[in-house]
Amino acid sequence: MGTRDCGQKSAMSSPCIGEAGRTGDWRSTRPEFDPAKCLAVKAGRPACFQCWAYCPEGVIKKEVGSEVDLTYCKGCGICVEVCPSGAITMIPEPEEE
Amino acid sequence: MTTTKHKVHVLTGNEAVATAAKLCRVQVVAAYPITPQSSVVETLSKIIEQGELKAEFVTVESEHSALAVCIAASTVGARVFTATSANGLAYMCEQVHWAAGARLPIVMGLANRAMAAPWSVLNDQQDSMTMRDAGWIQIFCRNNQEIFDTFVQAFKIAETVHVPVMVCYDGYILSHTVMPVEIPAQESVDAFLPPYKPHTILDPAHPRNLNPVTLADPRRNGDGELCHGYMELRYLHQEALLNAPAVITAVDQEYGKAFGRSWGGMAWGYQAEDAEILLMAAGSLCMEASVAVDRLRQEGIKAGVLGLRVYRPFPKKELIEATKNAKVVAVFDKSMSYGNEGPICADLKAALYGSGSAPIVHGYITGLGGRDVKYRHLMDAAKTSLTAANNGISTKASEWINCQI
Ligand code: SF4
Ligand code: SF4
Repeated sequence: MGTRDCGQKSAMSSPCIGEAGRTGDWRSTRPEFDPAKCLAVKAGRPACFQCWAYCPEGVIKKEVGSEVDLTYCKGCGICVEVCPSGAITMIPEPEEE
Repeated sequence: MTTTKHKVHVLTGNEAVATAAKLCRVQVVAAYPITPQSSVVETLSKIIEQGELKAEFVTVESEHSALAVCIAASTVGARVFTATSANGLAYMCEQVHWAAGARLPIVMGLANRAMAAPWSVLNDQQDSMTMRDAGWIQIFCRNNQEIFDTFVQAFKIAETVHVPVMVCYDGYILSHTVMPVEIPAQESVDAFLPPYKPHTILDPAHPRNLNPVTLADPRRNGDGELCHGYMELRYLHQEALLNAPAVITAVDQEYGKAFGRSWGGMAWGYQAEDAEILLMAAGSLCMEASVAVDRLRQEGIKAGVLGLRVYRPFPKKELIEATKNAKVVAVFDKSMSYGNEGPICADLKAALYGSGSAPIVHGYITGLGGRDVKYRHLMDAAKTSLTAANNGISTKASEWINCQI
């Protein structure tokens, strides 16, 4: 079954999570958090959240002990750059076969 | 048959365009002045200011913005119109591709003019040819009546196949020359052209992204439905253009029933049935070719005109049929695919390749930058080609007519 069944003449999408595609497929490195260094975790309350504020894909949760939705994290590394405490590092994804 | 209360007016080509846009009840007009198109939108702005047409006239600072406004207005369901020439079309280029890819039924008037450099405001057809691969339908007109009639047809074609239409007519030769033009009554045009129903409806209850970033491969949308990738959308666009000749021909015939005039659909002939030599061209040059053919016939040469009305989609089937009994076709291009040959000539050769009964095709470059083309030039070229064909010369380099180098 092909895409003809969608009935669209031109490109259209409804706003929803990931409507522009799985940006996570672009990633060659992924962010890894070290909670021991995270200011919010250390304070034990909502704080800092620079990573949440600057992530261009909006895939970091605004919660103590940040979590990343890797389906859409494109691996840009901006969160690493903005984190004031060095709590995030980029690690390589395994090579595709 | 619709009863028409028509009137004959004496109009320039540009006035015929403006009058057609008015009777087609365009709702948004956006354009930027450029010679020789300017009087189209000057006339339309007057019509709108005087309250004769309920439409929004958007003044913009460039042709790029003119077409961008038309794209936005067409997307939300308005019938829109713009017009330009040469460098204005080139400045629009990005949006020309966008309008086609977004499958919007925009109709544009193009008063054909030479591309700079060097600067020229005079006629040839380089401007539209340069845009031939953008995915628009391109129709060439031979006189002011055909310009008027083609515009009314163009909205119907565009709104049926969801592809924009560029109606091309020679700058000055038609744009600024007056001819009698029969103008039908508003009710007849309304009966022929129902209001536009968009495929891009915007509804606050169901918001959509239009023409978003589309990745290479098909993907599922938020509802889990498999949607087109880039290639699928392009395939549909090509499919629409390949299906367009049937629509263009049917609309031309329906127009003939309603208004008493048809223009040959995709391509037309004059004295072509038994012609040994066909003079092929697009636009007003075909009228000069008709004079040449009459004179050649007086000299006993079986000549005919093959008029190319629609350049994109290219009417391969019709041209194979129209040329199958001819010995030689002399193609007169008013533009050049630099580094190759005249675009109509090259496309005709490609269409005939492998068709079985291909005649000899010779290319002639003529009328660049407003250089006058006289019927005797066309007669001489026809005789040269026929003599060459009779001597078995099947290929020869494109000849530049009246080039005094
Ligand atoms: S900033 Fe970049 S690397 Fe970090 S989570 Fe967001 S998308 Fe992933
Ligand atoms: S930027 Fe770094 S320190 Fe701040 S919340 Fe994010 S991980 Fe924690």
